[in-house]
Amino acid sequence: MDYNVVWYMLVGCLLIGYAILDGFDLGVGILHLFAKNDHDRRIFMNSIGPVWDGNEVWLITAGGALFAAFPEIYATAFSGFYLPFMFLLFALIFRAVSLEFRSKEKSKRWRGNWDRAFFAGSLLASFLFGVTIGNAVMGINIGSDKEYQGTLLNLLNPYALLCGVFNTVMFALQGAVYLNIKTHGPLQQQVQRLFKPIYITFITLLLLLTGVTLWLKPEMVANFSFGKVAPIGATHDLIMENQTLISVLAWFVVLLNVLSIANIPRGIFRNKPYQAFVSSSCTIAALVGLFALGIFPNILVSSQDPAMSLDIYNGASTLTTLKTMFSIAIWGMPFVIVYTSLIYWTYRGKTVLNEHSY
Amino acid sequence: MSLDVELLSRLQFAFTIMFHYIFPPFSIGMGLLLVIYETMFVVTKKPIYEKITRFWIKIFAANFSVGVATGIVMEFEFGTNWATYSRFVGDIFGSPLAAEGIFAFFLESGFLAILLFGWNRVSKGMHLFSTLMVFVGSMMSAFWIVVANSWQQTPVAYRIVTDDSGYSRAVITDFWAMVFNPSSMARFEHVLVGAFIQGAFLILSVSAYYLLKKKYVEFGKTSFKIALGVATVASLLQLVTGDISAQVVRKFQPAKMAAMEGLYETRSNAPLYIMGWVDEEAEETKGIYIPGGLSFLSFGTTEGVIKGLDQVPKEDRPPVNAVFQSYHIMVALGMFFIGLNLFALFLMWRKKLFEKRWMMKIYVGAVILPVIANQLGWLTAERGRQPWLVQGLLRTSEGISKSVTGPEVLTSIILFFIVYVGLFLVWVYVLDKEIKHGPVHLEDAPAAGYSKEEHMVDPFKDL
Repeated sequence: MDYNVVWYMLVGCLLIGYAILDGFDLGVGILHLFAKNDHDRRIFMNSIGPVWDGNEVWLITAGGALFAAFPEIYATAFSGFYLPFMFLLFALIFRAVSLEFRSKEKSKRWRGNWDRAFFAGSLLASFLFGVTIGNAVMGINIGSDKEYQGTLLNLLNPYALLCGVFNTVMFALQGAVYLNIKTHGPLQQQVQRLFKPIYITFITLLLLLTGVTLWLKPEMVANFSFGKVAPIGATHDLIMENQTLISVLAWFVVLLNVLSIANIPRGIFRNKPYQAFVSSSCTIAALVGLFALGIFPNILVSSQDPAMSLDIYNGASTLTTLKTMFSIAIWGMPFVIVYTSLIYWTYRGKTVLNEHSY
Repeated sequence: MSLDVELLSRLQFAFTIMFHYIFPPFSIGMGLLLVIYETMFVVTKKPIYEKITRFWIKIFAANFSVGVATGIVMEFEFGTNWATYSRFVGDIFGSPLAAEGIFAFFLESGFLAILLFGWNRVSKGMHLFSTLMVFVGSMMSAFWIVVANSWQQTPVAYRIVTDDSGYSRAVITDFWAMVFNPSSMARFEHVLVGAFIQGAFLILSVSAYYLLKKKYVEFGKTSFKIALGVATVASLLQLVTGDISAQVVRKFQPAKMAAMEGLYETRSNAPLYIMGWVDEEAEETKGIYIPGGLSFLSFGTTEGVIKGLDQVPKEDRPPVNAVFQSYHIMVALGMFFIGLNLFALFLMWRKKLFEKRWMMKIYVGAVILPVIANQLGWLTAERGRQPWLVQGLLRTSEGISKSVTGPEVLTSIILFFIVYVGLFLVWVYVLDKEIKHGPVHLEDAPAAGYSKEEHMVDPFKDL
């Protein structure tokens, strides 16, 4: 295994961390308007109060890591997805600020407006993440100069929009599962009632999306095929030689995905909220993993010509940078995991309001 | 009508970074004071320090969240608006950004959770530790971002690699040499001390306001005294770091130095302007100056030769008058801080400071000045580097995104403008409200609403 593969996995891990963690707090934002009164809405907001900021850092660090390890991909994707990413930024800004400012004022109108901003910001951000992933699956119009050559409308194709909706539902599900941990009594029952339709929508959309993906992009199964389906883009010896290992890993992820999805409702209704949360987190990890395995070793597939795709080799930094960054990550991440766990441990249990709450 | 993508992208970057840069210095400076106040509380156990710490944490939180929200924008913009630059330097420039994420952001955001919400959840010692970690995190964040920027100012430890198709990029040869490039440390110290001043002045301003209104008098006086101490030390220290920074600029970016002083002719006995105006057409600077001052400050003797703009081709010159003015106003403000703080200290020693209402009025208004000084410092550094994006290596015009169109950038600028103006108004409104509300009377505060036993769930048992 070379450093390019290692960095593909590390960026992947950061994205999985982001999707699991910010996934639940974006989800809480999406569900926010379903809370009926001010007290319940404050419980929703305060359930993520101490942690949402740290969750968002996973995105910032994933962005930084992508820039450092795969600068060509960072540059192509960020300039190519210009307006969607700008809207994503505005959504994230609105959300952050709504959380901070919403409860500073008693007025109903003030709170109502921030509530809607919080909801809209969370919804839009979740949707745009899905759109981005959808485009990465479909391939985008990259020329031989590694630049995006399409338009904004190309990015808003039906498949990408479907991914956007799917991601929104997935985050809403993760949010509901998280709120089930943080609430109690009638509010928790209400969250559980919300859970049912979200879960059913999630399964329906997942099946639909899987079907559509296999129909439109059969190449996505290359890494699941034990070498029977040719991968997209340039061939790399390391990857060709390890097709069996990659496929075994891929099927393991599929298995994890099925089991974890099935375990979510079990956790919810057998009163094992943490188990449900671990299951839905594994579901998200597995889905990001399936996407990553589907496009591997490419990161941005060119719809013009697969040979012009940007992969973990032609889009990467030099070995010196990859090695240096690896030692930074190896030194830094254990600390991150220790104090992140510490923070979550400190705030375990049900959310209650006090004078420090939002 | 064709829209100039370069100009618009520069405008957008300038606007978003200047807006963002209002907030981190407040966080860093207030962070230092929070650590001091809370240490006083833990050591002396006096309730007044608890009140002080808790109150400033609220103000800190409002700054911090706007800082974080506007900070993500900066990381995105390298890719969205400056993709060609990102491709060219990604091998080098990306690593400090990633390091900032791993070493600074996680630390800050994690312990911020305890700082803001942890009073009833952790011990006093643990809370103080968290405050310290947030402060350390914010300084590390400043460090890595200044490192990244300093490499643009004084690039080292790279080589240019060109592939078969003639596509060139800079790749790193030595990571630590890149981190500790000639200007990193000098600039980091200068930025950090500037942040201390800005944070201290916010606390001075609000405390002075309470003293003028004769509200929370004990609170105001205690807050003020400690903040005044920090502000005085920091403003004196800034003279030293500023001088070091200027030396580094003179050695490694002579064009910037010449622009800062409006010096067209390479000469010994170079003048140091107190104030002035640069006529860029006629290539001359008029104003009040100390003869030989610049040479003397640089070399300890008026014989020292300073490179002028005549050594720099016309197309490689920064906007001279703009750089000159921002630099000189920054220096003047720095001097004003020293004078004001020393005078206040003197009055405090004579036990007259808090009687002088006019001094309190000056401090209420003075909060804006360090913000301006820090912005001008940043402007001097960044415009002084023009027309280069990476000094001597890549021009600003060569760094823009090729796939982005003028209307797209224009749309985003308009949206940024609307969003940021709104954000600023809300921030001011919330700060104003918090300040008017004042420090919570702890004795009136509701009993700690800590999670009750029946609400607690043991995650491990559940699994």
